[in-house]
Amino acid sequence: MKKLELERNKAPENENRAVKELICIMCPKGCRLKVEEGGGYAVTGNACPKGAEYGRKEVTNPTRVLTSTVKITGAIHSCCPVKTDRDIPKQLVLKAMDVLSGVVLKAPVRRGEVVVSNILGTGANLIATRDMEAAE
Amino acid sequence: MTQRYDVAVVGAGPAGLAAACSAYENGAEKVIVIDRDREAGGILNQCIHSGFGLHYFKEELTGPEYAGRFEEMLRKTGSRLMLDTMVLKVTQNREIHMMSPKEGYSVISAGAVVLAMGCRERTRGAVGIPGARPAGVFTAGAAQRYVNIEGYMVGRRVVILGSGDIGLIMARRMTLEGAKVLACVEIMPHSNGLARNIVQCLEDYGIPLYLSHTVTEIRGKNRVEAVKVQRVDESLKPVPGTEMIFDCDTVLLSVGLIPENELTRDAGIKIDPRTKGPYVYENMETTVPGVFACGNVVHVHDLVDFVTAESKKAGEAAAKYANNSALNAFNSDLKAIINGENVAYTVPQSIRTENTDKFAEVFFRVKRVFGDSVIELKDGEKPLKAYKRQHMAPGEMEHIIIPKDMLLSAAGSLTISVKEEEKQ
Amino acid sequence: MYDVTIIGCGVTGAAAAYELSKFRLSIAVLEKENDVACGTTKANSAIAHAGYDPKPGTKMARLNVLGSEMMESLCRRLNVEYERTGSLVLAFDEEDMRSLRALCERGRENGVRGLEIISGAKALEMEPNINPEVVGALYAPTAAIVNPWGLCIALAGTAVMNGAELFLNSEVRGIERGDGYFRIKTASGALETRYIVNASGAHSDKISEMVAKPFFKIIPVKGEYFLLDKSQGGLVRRVIFQPPNEDGKGVLIAPTVHGNLIVGPTSERVTDPEDCSVTARGLEKVLNISSRSSGKIDFRETIRNFAGIRASAEIDDFILEASAPGFINAAAIKSPGLTAAPAIGLEIVRLLEEEGLRPEKREDFREYRSGTLFKDMTPGDRSEALKRDKRFGRVVCRCETITEGDILDALKGPIPPVSIDGVKRRCRAGSGRCQGGFCGPRVHEILSRERGIRMEEVCQDKAGSFLLTGRTKEGCGL
Repeated sequence: MKKLELERNKAPENENRAVKELICIMCPKGCRLKVEEGGGYAVTGNACPKGAEYGRKEVTNPTRVLTSTVKITGAIHSCCPVKTDRDIPKQLVLKAMDVLSGVVLKAPVRRGEVVVSNILGTGANLIATRDMEAAE
Repeated sequence: MTQRYDVAVVGAGPAGLAAACSAYENGAEKVIVIDRDREAGGILNQCIHSGFGLHYFKEELTGPEYAGRFEEMLRKTGSRLMLDTMVLKVTQNREIHMMSPKEGYSVISAGAVVLAMGCRERTRGAVGIPGARPAGVFTAGAAQRYVNIEGYMVGRRVVILGSGDIGLIMARRMTLEGAKVLACVEIMPHSNGLARNIVQCLEDYGIPLYLSHTVTEIRGKNRVEAVKVQRVDESLKPVPGTEMIFDCDTVLLSVGLIPENELTRDAGIKIDPRTKGPYVYENMETTVPGVFACGNVVHVHDLVDFVTAESKKAGEAAAKYANNSALNAFNSDLKAIINGENVAYTVPQSIRTENTDKFAEVFFRVKRVFGDSVIELKDGEKPLKAYKRQHMAPGEMEHIIIPKDMLLSAAGSLTISVKEEEKQ
Repeated sequence: MYDVTIIGCGVTGAAAAYELSKFRLSIAVLEKENDVACGTTKANSAIAHAGYDPKPGTKMARLNVLGSEMMESLCRRLNVEYERTGSLVLAFDEEDMRSLRALCERGRENGVRGLEIISGAKALEMEPNINPEVVGALYAPTAAIVNPWGLCIALAGTAVMNGAELFLNSEVRGIERGDGYFRIKTASGALETRYIVNASGAHSDKISEMVAKPFFKIIPVKGEYFLLDKSQGGLVRRVIFQPPNEDGKGVLIAPTVHGNLIVGPTSERVTDPEDCSVTARGLEKVLNISSRSSGKIDFRETIRNFAGIRASAEIDDFILEASAPGFINAAAIKSPGLTAAPAIGLEIVRLLEEEGLRPEKREDFREYRSGTLFKDMTPGDRSEALKRDKRFGRVVCRCETITEGDILDALKGPIPPVSIDGVKRRCRAGSGRCQGGFCGPRVHEILSRERGIRMEEVCQDKAGSFLLTGRTKEGCGL
C-alpha cells in the first residue's frame, strides 16, 4: 500500500511527453501511477489493469462513482443511500447531486433497485444500496 | 430457564455477522447474534460511500451493500438475530445478560461466545483541544450519522481535525451536500487515511490538507465561530507565529478509534494496553476459554475485508469450541509474540503452536512510515525469517505468515521487528 | 404581584426557592438561560467541604459548617447523589505541616467535627495512590462529594412543584422601585414583586447595582478541570487537597459521585464572567500541580476538560444581606458556596423576615425526588418500570447504561430539559466516556419527538447552541 507524500505532482520529466503522476483510487492500495500524456497514454506503476484504465481516464475524462442519499418516506429513516452503478464524468457529480435533491422514494425499497435511470444521460443508473422496509 | 445456544455473538456489525455465518458453516447449529441497534450492519449502515469488499467480494461495494449481503447470508443460516437489545454482561461461564424493550431482562447461555462490539471514536476530551465549548464540535462518525441516516446537515463551514478515513469521507460528503470544507488539519507529518481518500475526497474538491498542523483553539459562545490552527514542531508542540484563523461553524474530529471493551473487561478478560482490545490467541480466543473476539473490538482495522477475514476465523473457532472439537491447548506449546523495534502491537499476542494448522498469521502495525524495509522474525536472538516491504505506515495494517514448522522449531518467544533496508 | 422574586437559578437561587416554597408565598424565579444550574453550579469541584478553610467568625465559616451538616439528609430526601468520603490535605514538608495545624485549629474553631492530623504513613495507608513523599495530612471525615447540578435541579424542582414559577430565558434587564414593590424587566416580560433575592452569581454586582448603591465588584475567577474516565475513578477514595495558597484551595483530586475522577481547578482572574474556555496553559498547570498529590493519574483517560467561573469579590466573605429595603443580596458566593447552599437558603428566609416578610408555613409542602435510574433500581423496581414502559428496556447511552425510559422520566420532571445537555444533567445520558458521540443523535431525536420541537431547533446546551443547520438535499452549492 502506497501513501501520499508531499512531493506529488512534480514538474513533467520530459518536455516533449508530459508525464502526469497520479495516485490510483481504484482500491485501497493507492498505486503511484505515471501516465504519459498524449499518444497512447501509457500507464506505469499500476499493480493491476484497473490502474491502467484509471490512469488513462483520469488524464482524458476523469470519472467517479457517486454515492449519496435520497429522501425516502415510510421507512424507519428519512434517507436511503444510493450510488451510481458505474462511474460518471467527474464534472457531472455536482449536477447529479442536484438531480438527487428532487428524488423522493417510498418504502419499501430493495437493494439494487433503480432510483434514477440513465442519470444525466451518462448511461449510469442511480441505484438504492440497501433494503428499506416499510416502517410499521 | 436460560435458553442455550451453540454460539452467541455480541454485535451485528461486519465482525459479528461474519463470525456468526462462519460459526454456522463450521457446524454450530444454534447461533444467535445480538445487537443494540434496531438494524444489523453496525456502522456500515452510515458508511454509504464505496470502497468495501474488494478483497472479499472482489467488487467495490458501499457500506450498506456489504452489510446487506452479510445480513442475507446470516438469514439464510436461520440464525437468530436479536436487535434493539443491549448486552449488559458476559460471564466467564458464557452466560449473556441482556435487555430489550421487547423481552426486558433476559439471560442466555452459549457453548462459545464471540465478542464483536466494534469501536468508538476518540472525542474532544480525549485529545484535549483548548478553547470554548460551543456546539458544533462533532466526531466525524456522529456527523456521518446525522447526515447519512437522519438527513440533517451539521454545519455550513467546516474544519476537519485529523485525517483519518472517516474525516476524509465526511469532507467529501459535506461538500456534496453544499457545505464548505475549509481545511483538513493533521498533527502528524503523514495522513492516517488512505491515499485514495486524499485524492477523491480532498483533492477532487480542492480542500487543503495541512500536515503537521493542529487546532489549538476553538472559539465561539454558543456555536463554533472560528478555530485557530497552528503548525507543530517535531515534538508536536504548536509553533508560535504560525497561527491561522478559520471562520467556521463546525469542527469534525477524526482523531482515532478505540476498541469498545467494557463487556470484555467486566468479563475478566485480559486487555492489551497497546491495542486496547483483548489479548487473543491464534484463533481469536481470548484469555477466557470459549470466549472469542474479532474485528475492531480487538484492534482497529483499516479495511472491513480484513475484519471479515478475522471474524470468520473467530466464528470457526467458536463453532469448534462449542462442539468440543477444539484442541484443549491452553497448556500447550505457547509462543508469545514480542513487539520488537518499530512494532506498535501484534494480533494475536501469542500463538498455541498445536492449534495452528499449516501456518499462523500475525497482524501488526508499525510505529512510523517506512520505505524499503524488512520485517524480521526472530526466535530470541536467532533470525527465523525476513519479509521485504516497499512501504509501510502506521495507518496500514501489516501481516506476515509464519509456517507451522518454523513455529515448532522456535525454542522461545517470537520477536517481530522492522527496520529500514540498508542501502548498498 | 409576587411576594419574592429570586434572580438566578444556580444552586444558591434554587436553595432559596426551596426554603421559601415551604411557605404560602407567591414566588418567581428568573433565570437567564434555558435551564437551571447553567453557571458555576454545573462547573465546579462537586465537593461538600468540611469547613476548615474559611476564617472563623465569617458567614462563610458558619454557613459552610451548617451546610455541610445539612447536605447529607437533604440529598437523601431529594435522591441526589452524595457520598461522605472525607478529605485529606496533604503535607510534604514542615511548612505544609504548619499550615495543616493552622487549618486544623481554624476548623475546630469553626465547629468542624472529627478533624485529625495524621501521619504520612497513615495517609498512605488510607490512600495508597498518593505521593509517597507525604509527611502528614489533615483528615476531615465530614467532607463529601455531591452532584451539584442534581442538587440544584431537585431544589428548584421542589420549589416548582410547590407552586414557585420558574421563568427561563428571562435575563433581568432592569429593576424599578415602586412604592413597597419592585418592577423587574426581563428578556421575556416584566413582573412585580415585593422582595428580591439576588442570586445571580457572576452577574450579581450588576443586578445589585440596579437597586442598591455599588459597593462590590465581582471578580470572575476561572477554574479549569480534567474529568477522567471511570477507569481512574478508584484512584483515590477521598478528596485529596494540597495546603491552600493565595489561589484558594488549590488543585484537588477527587472521585465523583458518578465514579469518575475530577482533577482541578486552576484559579485565574478573567474579565468575562461567561468565559468557560479551557487553555493549554491552564490544563498544563493542573497536570503539574496535581502530580504533587499523585503521580498515578493516567491523563490519557481524560473524557472532558471544562472550566467554571467562581464569583469572587474583594471581600473575603459571602455578601449575604439586605443591601436595600426588600432587596437581599446573595452575592460573591464562591467556594464553599455549594456546601453552604442549604444553609444559605435558610439564611435568606431569615433575612427576608428581617425585611418584614411574614411567611406562613404550608402544610402540603412536598419534596421532589429525583428519579432513580433504571440501572440503580432494585430488580423488583426494574420489572415494575419495564411493565410501566417497555422503553426502560432500550439502552440509549451505552457508556452509562441509560435507558430511553430514564430519558423520558427526565423529560417529565418539574423542570423539563430542553437541550441535550439538559437531559444529561438529569439522567447522565452522554456523560460517559464517548461523551455523547453515540447517544447524542438519539437523545436529540427523543427530545425532538417528545417535546414537539424540530430537530434543527434542539440545542446542545444554552439557547443558540444549535446542532443542525438544515436538512440535506437542500441543494448543493459549490
